[in-house]
Amino acid sequence: MIALTLACIVLLLGLAVAGAFVASAASGRTIVYGGSLGISAVSLLIALVSLAGTPSTVTLPIGLPWTGAHFRLDPLSAFFLTVVGLGSGGASLYGLGYGRHEHEPQRVLPFYPAFLAGLNLVVIADDAFGFLFAWELMSLASWALVMSHHREPGNANAGYVYIIMASFSGLALLLCFGLLAGPTGSYTFTAMRAVHPSPGIAALALVLALIGAGSKAGVVPLHAWLPLAHPAAPSHVSALMSGVMTKVAVYGFIRIAFDLLGAPTWWSGTLVLAIGGITAVLGVLYALMEHDLKRLLAYHTVENIGIIFIGLGLALAFGANQLPAAAALGLTAALFHVFNHSVFKSLLFFGAGAVLTATGERDMDHLGGLIHRMPKTAFAFLVGCMAISALPPLNGFVSEWLTFQAILLHPDLPQWGLKLAIPADGALLALSAALAAACFVKAYGITFLGRPRTRVAADAREADRFSLTAMFGFAALCLLAGVFPGVVIDLLAPVTQALTGTRMPTQLGVEWLSIVPIESARSSYNGLLVFVFITVSASLTVLAIHRFASHALRRAPAWDCGFPDPRPETQYTGASFAQPIRRVYGAVVFRSHETVIMPPPGSTAPARIEKHISDPVWDTFYAPVAAAVWHLSLVLNAMQFLTIRRYLGFVFAALVILLLALALWQ
Amino acid sequence: MAVIQGLLVQGVQMTLVLLLAPLLTGLVRKVKARLQRRQGPSVIQPYRDLKRLLGKEVVLAENASWLFRVAPYVIFAVTWVAAALVPTFATGLLFSWSGDLIAITALLGSARFAQALAAMDIGTSFGGIGASREVMIASLAEPAMLMIVLSVALIAGSTQLSTIADYMAFSAVGLRVSLALGLVAFIVVALAENARIPVDNPATHLELTMVHEAMVLEYSGRHLAMIELAASLKLLLYVSVIACIFVPVGLAQGYAAGFALYLVKLAVAGVLLGVFEMSIAKMRVFRVPNFLGAALMLSLLGVLLLFVSEGM
Repeated sequence: MIALTLACIVLLLGLAVAGAFVASAASGRTIVYGGSLGISAVSLLIALVSLAGTPSTVTLPIGLPWTGAHFRLDPLSAFFLTVVGLGSGGASLYGLGYGRHEHEPQRVLPFYPAFLAGLNLVVIADDAFGFLFAWELMSLASWALVMSHHREPGNANAGYVYIIMASFSGLALLLCFGLLAGPTGSYTFTAMRAVHPSPGIAALALVLALIGAGSKAGVVPLHAWLPLAHPAAPSHVSALMSGVMTKVAVYGFIRIAFDLLGAPTWWSGTLVLAIGGITAVLGVLYALMEHDLKRLLAYHTVENIGIIFIGLGLALAFGANQLPAAAALGLTAALFHVFNHSVFKSLLFFGAGAVLTATGERDMDHLGGLIHRMPKTAFAFLVGCMAISALPPLNGFVSEWLTFQAILLHPDLPQWGLKLAIPADGALLALSAALAAACFVKAYGITFLGRPRTRVAADAREADRFSLTAMFGFAALCLLAGVFPGVVIDLLAPVTQALTGTRMPTQLGVEWLSIVPIESARSSYNGLLVFVFITVSASLTVLAIHRFASHALRRAPAWDCGFPDPRPETQYTGASFAQPIRRVYGAVVFRSHETVIMPPPGSTAPARIEKHISDPVWDTFYAPVAAAVWHLSLVLNAMQFLTIRRYLGFVFAALVILLLALALWQ
Repeated sequence: MAVIQGLLVQGVQMTLVLLLAPLLTGLVRKVKARLQRRQGPSVIQPYRDLKRLLGKEVVLAENASWLFRVAPYVIFAVTWVAAALVPTFATGLLFSWSGDLIAITALLGSARFAQALAAMDIGTSFGGIGASREVMIASLAEPAMLMIVLSVALIAGSTQLSTIADYMAFSAVGLRVSLALGLVAFIVVALAENARIPVDNPATHLELTMVHEAMVLEYSGRHLAMIELAASLKLLLYVSVIACIFVPVGLAQGYAAGFALYLVKLAVAGVLLGVFEMSIAKMRVFRVPNFLGAALMLSLLGVLLLFVSEGM
């Protein structure tokens, strides 16, 4: 199995090379995206088959001399390979249509298969060198894709911030693996599993893993690059970055924290829970303040990463206290959300891309009324919005419901810190879910509903059939995973079995296809019945209404309390929709305030209202670091124009100081 | 045989909530009218209103999309399904395990999502104002609700309403500070979710104070009937959930006693709601977050106090 996966990766790399040659040809798009689609489909099949299989390993004589490259396909890798295969398959299908509008295909086509190869390679690497190599391949290829439209304002800056954060994340992971390798310096994962580091080293390694993988995943406060870089890429790449690459980062964290580090500690659970809760709420609040559709989606990825980390933190906390069943529940919830988010976030980015193609606009305040012009895209996007807002009977609800069921088990924990932290996290999770619904009412309502605010929105055209197929495929998956969650939970069982030593009860045997996390008297949920119930009662109502009530219908101007204003500017915009929420939460989180500037009496100048928002994370973490680097570079600038004698003097002084340090050390 | 009986009880439950919901709304209106020393319309006036609306033609705004026309049925069906999952006169409904209290909360969230979207479909400023205020209120009410669920579930060891009701009815739960805090918070949430005074005024048509009414401003005819019925159902649902968790009397004493006691509970709740609404003024919109934030804090405090009082 692993050999087949490696063959797929080699094919993708070959496709990347081929892409460089055929990029400017007319058929280049078909070759690259069609090839990627085929390879992704094969890779997805392999991953699904090997989910329940035994781990298979292979060592290839490449990479570092005399050591070789190790690869391994175990259930955890297989699950993430499934996510990667599904996401990249969908993105390639979408790219077949979307790529037609690409002005500079030679900037996209070679890097796209390389990016896919990097994503696949990370999850099957079985040594630190291979992992970091694949990680950097993934980062660099995606950076190239972010920079593909480098002339558009802001994109160059986004690429700059991204490459800095990506190097930072690679550095943290490098140090983490260095600590894990232990005194022997063995760099294969098998050897790292055998080493049991001291508590201090293990703690440091966990924090480094959280920084390294977390900054790639978009954990607050390391998320700053994400809302800049993800939207800058072409939309199918945005979908891959948000839907799949952040998941591969989550894989990195799970691999280190659950597999390589050995037994978890309760404080690591607390740390991950705290970070998860803060990430979830801050992410969605940022998203609510945003009026650029793609940036809103990118910020919303931050929220979902928070939800995934809450699940992982629960699994760590329960695992540390020898409660494997609860740990399995927490981990299943997190992995289920990984799958769900990869599906609906890809769908939403596809929709945003379709809107961008049709109108050339990402700013919602210039859109509106697209449901009339793009009805199919509007429908698929609506399904994605409902799924991401955790509304039953779709899939987002199931994973958040499972997380809640895991939260409810916290009285079994002995540590007071966790006992108090977990309910607080529950409150944060509930808050983020409610705010997510608000966020997507805004995104959908402003973009697709109402009246068109500009000419481009009024003249929009429906998306092409490849894009629509990809969107409808993912929308169907949202419904299927929500209606048959038991299937997904059972597929995840080998993964939790391998990582926590146990699994959730088998769900497929439960009557009526309900899901029962612990026991039926405690809690159960049946997505299928809820869906059937809603459908049947809605149809019955429609039938009854059409049988007994009046059929008369008349089109007339909107009522609007008697004073309808035909100008589209009188509609609510993104900013006005978010204003109540900004007043409630923003004053604390973003120090937001409004100033009203009234003209003096007699003046005919217009009155102005100005809103001010500051980003607390940027101001606290990034601005000081950037200022320090700037200051330091100004100081060191004086050293740039010295004579050769002085430079030699510096070298000599450095040597003496180092030797002195060595002497003192010993 | 047991399945047929179960199906029958489930069917009766679904019909019952549908039939009783307008009556509860009528009762609250009547109580309020009497407290204002008005005669007020009869308690069955909501049924007449529904009948009248169903017979009228729909006046649809020119740029309304399919979403605007589908939404009333979705809102109604989702609320109805949620109401069907709540034990009213007996526990152990056939399908009660298909969704727990969290699912019921989320189902109501689905209905609200549809309603807020429909409000924005026409592109009028009132639709926007209603939707944006509604989601702001929900962003505080929903976490409070889930925290209440958390504290109740920690006491009863289940999020399943039937199990909770059985536990509350038969175990020596006694008086618990957490439950008292939960009840207060629950009432606040129920007031907000049902657009009652002091959060919103169901009788108002003063533009600047509307939330729920602003969202349904463009609806007419049979669509409006569906939305009105769904709103009544939601009120009944919240009363039923409160009754089921905090006053589970009669749920296990056979259908006749359960039914009679359920009617009494509804009547008491209706009168209390009417009296409460008459004794308090509507809040400014930006005072509402404080009010709901207090509910959120109370419910969180309830969860934390569980450990202190129990030493669990």
